Amino acid sequence: MHENAIELRNVTKRFGEVTANDHVSLTLRRGEILSILGENGSGKTTLMNMLSGIYFPDEGEIFVNGRKVTIRSPHDAFELGIGMIHQHFKLISILTAAQNIILGQKGPAKLDMRQITGDINALTSRYGFDLDPNKKIYDMSVSEKQTVEIVKVIYRGADILILDEPTAVLTPQEIEKLFYVLRRMREDGKSVIIITHKLNEVMEISDRVAVLRKGQYIGTVETKDTTEEKLTEMMVGEHITLDIQRADPASTHRCLEMRGVTVRNREGFKVLDDISFIARTGEILGIAGISGSGQKELLESIAGLQHVESGQILYDAPSGAVEELTQKTPKQIYDMRIRLSFVPEDRLGMGLVGSMDLTGNMMVRSYKQGRGFFADRKQPEKLATEIVDKLEVATPSVHTPVRNLSGGNVQKVLVGREIASAPRVLMVAYPVRGLDINSAFAIYRLLNQQKEQGAAVLCVGEDLDVLIQLCDRILVLSEGRVAGIVDARTTTKEELGYMMTSGHVAAGRVVNSAQAGQAASGSSPSDEAQSESGKEAR
Amino acid sequence: MAAKRTKRVIHMVKRGNMTKFTAILVRILAVILAMIVCGFVVVGVTGDNPVGVYRGIWDGAFGTGQRGWVTVRETVTLLLIAVGLVPAFKMRYWNLGAEGQILMGGLVSAAVLLYLGPIFEDWLLILIMLAASMAAGLLWGLLPAVFKAYFNTNETLFTLMMNYVAMQIVTFFVILWESPKGSNHVGIINAAHNEGWFPQILGQPYLLDIIIVAVVMALVFIYMTRTKQGYELTVVGESVNTARYAGINVRAVIIRTVLLSSAICGLAGAMIVGGASHTISTSTAGGRGFTAIIVAWMSQFSPVAMIAVSLMLSFMDQGAVQTASQFGLNENVSDIITGILLFFLIGCEFFVRYRLEVTTVEIEDGKERA
Amino acid sequence: MNVLLTFLHQAILQGIAILFGATGEIMTEKSGNLNLGIPGIMYMGGIAGLMGAFFYEKGAEQPGVVPGVLISLLWCAVASALGGLIYAFLTVTLRANQNVVGLALTTFGTGFGNFFGGSISKIAGGVGQISVKTTASGFQATIPILSDIPVIGRLLFGYGFLTCCALIIAAAATWLLVRTRVGLHLVAVGESPATADAAGINVNRYKYVATISGAVIAGFGGLYFVMEYLGGTWANNGFGDRGWLAVALVILALWSPAKAIWGSFVFGALYIIYIYIPGVSRAMQELLKMLPYVVTILVLIMTSRRNRPEDQPPASLGLSYFREER
Repeated sequence: MHENAIELRNVTKRFGEVTANDHVSLTLRRGEILSILGENGSGKTTLMNMLSGIYFPDEGEIFVNGRKVTIRSPHDAFELGIGMIHQHFKLISILTAAQNIILGQKGPAKLDMRQITGDINALTSRYGFDLDPNKKIYDMSVSEKQTVEIVKVIYRGADILILDEPTAVLTPQEIEKLFYVLRRMREDGKSVIIITHKLNEVMEISDRVAVLRKGQYIGTVETKDTTEEKLTEMMVGEHITLDIQRADPASTHRCLEMRGVTVRNREGFKVLDDISFIARTGEILGIAGISGSGQKELLESIAGLQHVESGQILYDAPSGAVEELTQKTPKQIYDMRIRLSFVPEDRLGMGLVGSMDLTGNMMVRSYKQGRGFFADRKQPEKLATEIVDKLEVATPSVHTPVRNLSGGNVQKVLVGREIASAPRVLMVAYPVRGLDINSAFAIYRLLNQQKEQGAAVLCVGEDLDVLIQLCDRILVLSEGRVAGIVDARTTTKEELGYMMTSGHVAAGRVVNSAQAGQAASGSSPSDEAQSESGKEAR
Repeated sequence: MAAKRTKRVIHMVKRGNMTKFTAILVRILAVILAMIVCGFVVVGVTGDNPVGVYRGIWDGAFGTGQRGWVTVRETVTLLLIAVGLVPAFKMRYWNLGAEGQILMGGLVSAAVLLYLGPIFEDWLLILIMLAASMAAGLLWGLLPAVFKAYFNTNETLFTLMMNYVAMQIVTFFVILWESPKGSNHVGIINAAHNEGWFPQILGQPYLLDIIIVAVVMALVFIYMTRTKQGYELTVVGESVNTARYAGINVRAVIIRTVLLSSAICGLAGAMIVGGASHTISTSTAGGRGFTAIIVAWMSQFSPVAMIAVSLMLSFMDQGAVQTASQFGLNENVSDIITGILLFFLIGCEFFVRYRLEVTTVEIEDGKERA
Repeated sequence: MNVLLTFLHQAILQGIAILFGATGEIMTEKSGNLNLGIPGIMYMGGIAGLMGAFFYEKGAEQPGVVPGVLISLLWCAVASALGGLIYAFLTVTLRANQNVVGLALTTFGTGFGNFFGGSISKIAGGVGQISVKTTASGFQATIPILSDIPVIGRLLFGYGFLTCCALIIAAAATWLLVRTRVGLHLVAVGESPATADAAGINVNRYKYVATISGAVIAGFGGLYFVMEYLGGTWANNGFGDRGWLAVALVILALWSPAKAIWGSFVFGALYIIYIYIPGVSRAMQELLKMLPYVVTILVLIMTSRRNRPEDQPPASLGLSYFREER
């Protein structure tokens, strides 16, 4: 057996104009857990997809067990003992867990499901998984589905495992369980690659860490010889102190309030559970949480895109009138002349129309303007030109379909459009995801500008450093509930992290110091959020 | 120790951007190839000289003024249906029900001719006929649209089934109206005084058809590119989520757009019955509802391309009928030739979008599978 | 009683051609290919089988039944496979739109059938109406003793061997889909080609094989109609809209070949019920003929409302798959 399970040499992958991986070389040793660390858009997933046969490299060589190989399909990857667990589960929802697990496996033509189920049960009990092989995928929760994915790979006897951000959707206990399994595999001599951007997990689980930045390979270090700070430096490049100009909130008053809002998803699961908070004009309210804790639904229910089961969403108009937004459609909100802007997470899937040019995308917000049957294209075109100039959007012209722009430029177009309407409520989800540092700072400046102009800004973010330095208050979501609202100027990353995972505020900690000195120690977080809103309600 | 050797592997790469000129060249090449293949087929079957056959096709389509006009008429009819399909397709709604919508439009046109022919003036009759046919087509499109909007019922299959319901309804009325009794044919309606027939304009029999289609086509393209509603349907087609985000009432847009689409297809029924056949039968639509789908899709909504494709298909169709009688084949040879032509045109789009790259890969013996 | 038996017998006779078509279309659709060219392919299969038998009977001194049957089966299979191959090549390899290719194929196939059906005698040197009595007798032969049983004999056994084949193929297809590895993989390809691909299943091969074998099965439906139902003759457009009924039956059967068996009997019955309802005018008879389609529409609506995952069309139906697309 060769000491290196996998070796990549100068692997390059391009998508049209974009180079996703630029001459990347790295090795995975036999019997180790290697973390691949990098920010969003650094090319981690693309690189791993070339190992699992989803993409084919444009240049470079791949060696498995010291032998040069060509991986043209996932089938080839299997043959080489490589199994990948994707972030988006590759499961077939009308089939059972067992059927999914044996999918693509060779064996007797006739399926002996009893035997297969038995094999799977033996495997799951050995590793301590909780899985019913006969359950259909469409009846399963997210973590059950992930279990199926992992069992699938183990069942196939893969000795090289690649996990793409496996912890993003898991609870802390589930993460512990996963790490336990991964360590068991390492003891079996298997090699594991885990893609992540969570430093604490990197430190906890991996033997070595390989760092990618913007498609480039930066280096590999032994975990025991490094620190989170050093890794961050490698990840973001030259050390950048976030120097966001944050003004103190001025002339704040209530602008938007949620009272006990509950939203269920299609499966009947509560994605928002009794959410209460107040957003004020002239301040930025950050929203933090493990991904999938209800951030998306929270913003969407304000925008009128979610069915709110119970609770109220209230808006304080500049005139002083209080208007109810609950169950209003986006069109009704528009007709109420509420200047509500929203930069959703899925830019090309929700905020923009990929096949349309910049002008057409400006029209998403403005096409209804003016009387009559015809849509005005002149104003939107002017706006598009302005945004291109002001935000330095790299595009051949305003007539280019936005699909052809890079991620950062797409985001600039979207944010530019949403800010153009001088919003009173501005909601942004992951506004700098995939953006370079300069663009990110341009966006921070824009958000701060909006705040100073008196908008109530809601900003969902994943980078806690940014949230702490950008926002005035931070609301932490945990499994669809409000874990607490803290003052961004006094909180710490550790505190936020604790709230995100535990679902409540650390004991003894004074919360909401920015808010009329309400001490919250001892009371449960949701009570606190409610009492807060209760006091400020009419 | 495994020996090294190399192997060539073909894989597909998406093209950045092909120039318009090259793209057109590829398509012309496809037509030429299709012609050659058709030539072989014809020769293989009949033993006749393919050049003679193609001359026959040309002759059949444009040999005389009369034939030329018929070809033009068929072209604009096909074009009208294709134009009607454009809004629905742009919204990514697969309206395979044009055939039925044409039939229903044709059916009420025939009814107008039969029952109102003796009562009203010609111009009024034609106006009533146009309006009624649009209403009929619209009604035929309504049901699948509503179910698509509310329950996301598969519209491809629903509209397809509606065609055959329409066909039976037409058969029902054919028997009701047949003349002479028992013939299973309606016969030429108002043969004696031509009430409600599309009139000749400036001595040209089918100028009215051309005018109607030109007007509808211009209106549809203005609607698609300049109006708020056209913008809305494009957004819905691209992403329902974005449409909801933009405050678009998705259900209303789906229903409205499909109604527009099917009304235009219904209008084509009036044009066929009032302007050409002056009768009604199950073959009134004659597969044009399906052919138009191909026209609309292949032209990628470009008006010029739509005219070109419609003209080419009608040309082949008309020409083949002539060739068939000239060479003693039956007229169905036109379907075979059209089919082959379509296969090539559909297939060549791949080469407009992708190019093939041959890369040489070094492999070790025994480690490579095909 | 007698009328009822005749009605049921006729319903099954009508249903078998549709059953072949539906089974073929189900296998095709399970791979994610909505082959709307099936009606055309059934025409192609029918005429090719007829031509094979025709040329054989014309050429042979003393044409035998068995060679005639085998030759017509072979010709039918080759022509239908060609139809399936055209569809698969254009939609899978060249990634053309499935609806467009399917409709073009139906235009082509129907023309192919009617053209050769109409001009076969000219090609053969003007022999007049084509008829392949010898071969057709092989297709029409029933099991001697069993089919002579009074009352039920004809209803249960009064069919040629293709009827039996249709039932066996439908049952075997169900077994394949539910109980075997190949079937599991096929379902996976149709539900989510990306997942199947990631699991190491050769998506394109499955799509090709399913589409071509589906086309062959459907083609036998055309052959059955020409040989057993019509007795070895061709009538232009005689096959009518049965190909579309087959597409409809797929919906009624909720993508299960086993359900398509009884579904085909129901369709057959609905298709001819007008003959057996007394006192119905000719015009009304035509309205009754729309029943199969109306029923299909109702089923389509009901399943989309009930939204049971198992009853839905294969999730990737109508979409082409390209691995490196992102």
